[in-house]
Amino acid sequence: MNVFEYMNQNRGEVLELTLQHLGMVAVALLLAVLIGIPLGIMLTRRRSLQQWVLGAANVIQTVPSLALFGFLIPVPLLGVGPRTAIVALTLYALLPIIRNTYVGIAQVEPAVIEVARGMGMTGGQILWLVEVPLSLPVILAGIRVATVIAIGTATIAAAIGAGGLGEYIYRGVAGPKNYLLLAGALPAALMAVIADASLGWAEHRLRSR
Amino acid sequence: MNPQSDDEIVIECREAGFAVNGGRELVRSLNLEVRRGETLILLGRSGSGKTTTLKLINRLLDPTSGEVLVEGRATTAWDPIRLRRHIGYVIQEVGLFPHMTVARNVGIVPELEDWEEKRVQARVQELLRMVGLEPDEFAGRRPRELSGGQRQRVGVARALAADPPILLMDEPFGALDPVTRSELQQEFRQLATRLARTIVFVTHDVREALLLGTRIALLAEGRLVAVQTPQEFLRANDPEVRRFVASLGPLQTEG
Repeated sequence: MNVFEYMNQNRGEVLELTLQHLGMVAVALLLAVLIGIPLGIMLTRRRSLQQWVLGAANVIQTVPSLALFGFLIPVPLLGVGPRTAIVALTLYALLPIIRNTYVGIAQVEPAVIEVARGMGMTGGQILWLVEVPLSLPVILAGIRVATVIAIGTATIAAAIGAGGLGEYIYRGVAGPKNYLLLAGALPAALMAVIADASLGWAEHRLRSR
Repeated sequence: MNPQSDDEIVIECREAGFAVNGGRELVRSLNLEVRRGETLILLGRSGSGKTTTLKLINRLLDPTSGEVLVEGRATTAWDPIRLRRHIGYVIQEVGLFPHMTVARNVGIVPELEDWEEKRVQARVQELLRMVGLEPDEFAGRRPRELSGGQRQRVGVARALAADPPILLMDEPFGALDPVTRSELQQEFRQLATRLARTIVFVTHDVREALLLGTRIALLAEGRLVAVQTPQEFLRANDPEVRRFVASLGPLQTEG
C-alpha cells in the first residue's frame, strides 16, 4: 500500500495522532519557556550558578531519549502516558532555551545597560524595557531549536503509551511496513519544517526591527 | 576655589576617593565644588579618573573613601533611583536604546516617572525641536537610522526630558567627525546658557574644555591638579596644565 492511500483512508486517525503529537509538543514547550527563560535570566544575575544549571541541562540532553522516557515512568504522578512524555520533552527543551536566554542577555551592550541605570531605571525596568527586548531574537532562536528537537523526540513518546505520530512509526518498524513508517514520519517532518520556518521568520523580523 | 562663595553649591566632593577591588585608586581625595548653573569641565587624559568622578555623582559608583554631596546630601543617603532621575546623563553615542524609536528614547524618563501620555508626547516634540530635529521627520526613526550627530542630539534631548537640574555628560561629542562636533559644541554652548543647568562635562579635548567650560577641573592619575576658568587655565604654570595647553599647538597659545 502507498503511504498517501493509507493516510487518506485513515484520515481521522492521522489527524488525531497529529493533534496528540502537536499537543504534547506545545505543552512541553510552554513549560520549558516558563521555566527556562526565568532560569536563564537568573543565570545572568548569579553567574556562579551558570556551570551548575547549564551543566545539569547539558547532562539531561545527553541521556538517550528512550532511556529518559523510561526513567520517568516510575516517578510518582507520571507513569505510562502523555504526562511522562511531556515532562521528558520539557527537560530536553530546557537547555537551548536557558542557554539562549543567558547568552542573549549577556551580549547586550554594557554601555546600554549603564545608561539605563544612569537614567534611573530600576533593575526590573532594565530587564523588561532593555535586556529582554534586546535579546528577544536570540531567545526566540533557542525556542526554535527546542521546538524542532521536541517535535522529533515526541515520536518516541509512543513507546511509553503517550500516542502521537510515533504510533505509526512503531507499528511500521514492527511490520515492517514502509507506508506505516512514512505515515508517522512524514507529518512529523512536515511539522518540524513548518515550525522551523515560521519561527525563523519571526526571528528574522525581530532582528531587523 | 573659594569656599566663602555666595554661589549655591550643587555638587560637592569631599576627600572623595574610589578604589577598585584590587586596591588601585582611580580617584584620590578629590575636593571639588560645582556651583548652580555652571558648566564644569572634567579634563584629563585617558585613565585620569574623569569618568569615575562622573559616576560618583550619579551613584553608578559609591565612593570608597570620603563623600560626594548632591544638593547638600551625600549620594549614599539618596535613593539611587531618585538621585539618577534628578540628573540627566549623556554618554558617547552607544547610549541610545537601539530597539526604541527616537520619540520613545527621548520620552523614556518621563514615562518611567508616570507622566501622562499626552504630556510625554508634547515634551518629546518640544525637546526634539530644541535640539534641532524636526519631530515629524525624526520621532519615528530608530537610532541606527540617524547620523552620529543626530544620535547625539537625541541623547541630549533624552537627558533633558524630565527637566533635571543637573546634567552629566561623558565625552558626548567624542565620537563625531570634527565638523559635526564643532557644530554641536556651538549649539550646546547656546543651549547651556539658555537652560541654566548645572553641568559636569567630561572631555579629554582641551579645545572643547576651553570653549564650553565655565571652569575647568584638570585631573591627572586620579588627582585634581587645578580648577580654573578657561582664561586662568591658558596662563597657568602647572606642568600638566602647560602640557594640555601646549597640545593646542602654536596658533592657539598666542591668544
